[in-house]
Amino acid sequence: MTKPLWEKAKRADFEAAVLSHLDAAYNLARWLLRNEQDAEDAVQDALLRAFRFFADLRGGDGRAWLLTIVRNTCYSRFRKAGAGERNVALDEEVHDLNGGAVSPETEVIRQASSRSIQQALEALPVDLREAIVLRELEGLSYAEIASVAEIPIGTVMSRLSRARRRLQETLGEKEILP
Amino acid sequence: MSCTAPRPLVDAYLDGELDLMKSLEMEEHLRECAICSGAHEAGRNLRSSLQLQGLRFAAPADLRRRVRAGLRDEAKRETPAPIPWHWLSLAASFAVVAALVVGALPELGRQGSSQLFIDEIVAGHVRSLMVDHMTDVASTDKHTVKPWFDGKLDFSPAVVDLADHGFPLVGGRLDYLGSRPVAALVYRRQRHLINLFVWASAKEDPREHSLARQGFQVMHWWDRGMSHWAVSDLNAAELAEFAALVRERGG
Repeated sequence: MTKPLWEKAKRADFEAAVLSHLDAAYNLARWLLRNEQDAEDAVQDALLRAFRFFADLRGGDGRAWLLTIVRNTCYSRFRKAGAGERNVALDEEVHDLNGGAVSPETEVIRQASSRSIQQALEALPVDLREAIVLRELEGLSYAEIASVAEIPIGTVMSRLSRARRRLQETLGEKEILP
Repeated sequence: MSCTAPRPLVDAYLDGELDLMKSLEMEEHLRECAICSGAHEAGRNLRSSLQLQGLRFAAPADLRRRVRAGLRDEAKRETPAPIPWHWLSLAASFAVVAALVVGALPELGRQGSSQLFIDEIVAGHVRSLMVDHMTDVASTDKHTVKPWFDGKLDFSPAVVDLADHGFPLVGGRLDYLGSRPVAALVYRRQRHLINLFVWASAKEDPREHSLARQGFQVMHWWDRGMSHWAVSDLNAAELAEFAALVRERGG
């Protein structure tokens, strides 16, 4: 096969299987890095890497595979920038004070403005933020999130619960039952 | 008053991740437990807030353009193994491959990638038939064909002799599939040519898969660190016989 024809065929293949998930890639990068320019740079890097290693995808889920690469690219940027950005993941046992049980209060979310929700999301530690973004904004299943974040499903569930609880505390008000 | 149902379980129900039995139990529990139904309600409200407030970012238009430009440059930099082409067949092969790529594009998603790859394999087979380039090394002797690949590939394909079963070796050539150089071993059953594409691959499903595509029979299996794809216009039963013999005698 001639070289230009080969290039075209590989790009067409890649376009359908991977590039079609560009929005998901950008959304994840934007929420992880909290900055438009950084997110654009990270997405470009990630897509270049995805193209180089496209052979590894064969037959797999293009979206989850691309998001894994995007996530790794973003985390490399954290390591380069220094520990500050990272918000070290809380140790599951020590910090889950409630023991996971539902407390005797009903939590109600008030009509929160878009800006305050955005701030609340950005304020979450990065491991909780990525879980809630992948679940609520990208609609990934627990298994897909586990695959992208390279964590067990139990950890996905625990991070989602903690993320939701924190967001509700930040945005909502508590109502004590009589 | 408190409830011992763990919060993550209510969330899992909210996310549609509980199986049927657990979902039914949870529905029952939510009817009886004010705390959990409150948590469920709060979870639903949080979801509406997150989804309705336009928090999901779309890629800016110029990012898409820049990414495409970057990929074009990257594709140029990648050099496939040089394959000499006979001039007259260039136009014909272009049409075949273009038709296959365009035809395959509407298939998207998980299935789509495998479909595109299978089309690529069949295109490789068709190309080899159309031009004066079936083999780089033409020999019926496996002791000539196998060493020919040394230094050209970073793996050594097993080349088996099946002449006593009616599948004489025709030769071998270098081909390029899925962005990597692969070995193409050519066999024959009477007038039917078989391309056996082989390359080193991390563990795949070892079972044999067989399918028909564009009038050809395709078989795939993974064995001892090598992915195998056999393509031919030979019928399925005989191709399966060929595959079984290769597996048996391989390595």
